[in-house]
Amino acid sequence: MSSEWPLWEVFIRGQHGLNHRHVGSLHAPDAEMAINNARDVYVRRNEGVSIWVVRSIDIAASSPSEKGPLFEPSNAKVYRHPTFFDIPDEVGHM
Amino acid sequence: MYAQMVKTDAPRIKSRSEMDPRERAFQERIDAGQKIEPKEWMPEGYRRTLIRQISQHAHSEIVGQLPEGNWITRAPTLERKAILLAKVQDEAGHGLYLYCAAETLGVSRDALYDQLHSGKAKYSSIFNYPTLTWADIGAIGWLVDGAAIMNQVPLQRCSYGPYARAMVRICKEESFHQRQGYDILMKMVKGTTAQKAMVQDALDRWWWPSLMMFGPSDDASVHSAQSMAWKIKQNSNDELRQKFVDQTVPQAEYLGLTVPDPDLTWNEEKGGYDFGEPDWNEFFEVIAGNGPCNAERLGARRQAWDDGAWFRDGLTAHAEKATARRARSVAAE
Ligand SMILES: [Fe+2]
Ligand SMILES: [Fe+2]
Ligand SMILES: [Fe+2]
Repeated sequence: MSSEWPLWEVFIRGQHGLNHRHVGSLHAPDAEMAINNARDVYVRRNEGVSIWVVRSIDIAASSPSEKGPLFEPSNAKVYRHPTFFDIPDEVGHM
Repeated sequence: MYAQMVKTDAPRIKSRSEMDPRERAFQERIDAGQKIEPKEWMPEGYRRTLIRQISQHAHSEIVGQLPEGNWITRAPTLERKAILLAKVQDEAGHGLYLYCAAETLGVSRDALYDQLHSGKAKYSSIFNYPTLTWADIGAIGWLVDGAAIMNQVPLQRCSYGPYARAMVRICKEESFHQRQGYDILMKMVKGTTAQKAMVQDALDRWWWPSLMMFGPSDDASVHSAQSMAWKIKQNSNDELRQKFVDQTVPQAEYLGLTVPDPDLTWNEEKGGYDFGEPDWNEFFEVIAGNGPCNAERLGARRQAWDDGAWFRDGLTAHAEKATARRARSVAAE
């Protein structure tokens, strides 16, 4: 019985100047075939200008339980947003 | 629908007070319209129901290629052939988007294929009917993809993120499917008497199976109620069927066709059509594996999988060799 091809995550750059965005995954024996398959599965209608594929097992992801330590510190630092500071209208655009 | 009569393991729906705190928090997130993502905690029943529903949907897309594939080599013009090829390729894509959504729930692709090939998993009843003439290809796009759209549009709002996102991609592509089918029929009804008769015959054969796609009335079904509470189903089967009939009858009239239902009448009061009951015995027979093409469809799937084994293995061997070669040359440097 043959073994399953590895899983790859597919990222597409939609247009020049934009970031690559995750669109889904697929199975393929190697990177080259993964790109070929991504062409057939994810860009049948001109959806992009560039394809990245990454083995799914090579992606390290944060877990939902880490939400606090990862994202809470930034909540407390409201002064990072420009609206924290009141600048009088007379000063003009800043 | 593409996923018909999905079971939820729920004997009945739990009340808030019977839920443990995690379940309650989960249900509250769903009620608030939040999406559930792969690694988050979810009730085991939610996970299993989704796997059943998404994989059934995926299997339907894959098996659904077969009745139409039957006409690719016999399409009447090169352009029709190219269009049908693109349509069938889309269906393969739909199957793949959905399989990868199911895999995020912790089931392997091979396990899903195995469930299909062993006959354990179901796929939509509609694909067990034969495509006898070119008009059937038009009727499938118009009616079958039309019915699929009815069901898939609300699923874009489903609570499970990867499934909802797969549905968004699918819905973008479905409109082409339905229109190319209707376009085939518009051409044919302007043709010879024989061609027009062929279209009527296709409608006669596909009408009732299309209405059956929505599944039997589920107003009293615990499974449907549970799926609705989890927002992996948004409308009742009867609601969607009614919408489909209301949308489709005028389209049939435009083609100059007669819908094969003596009970079909406009009901001014409800602002929709009254219509007859599909033959649910036939539906249950098809679901049980006794439709006109069940054996042929599964046989074709199994054969494709078995005949492709040497090719899959060959590519795996090639990839392993290439990796080993690269490792050797790095070591030699
Ligand atoms: Fe589809
Ligand atoms: Fe379809
Ligand atoms: Fe379709």
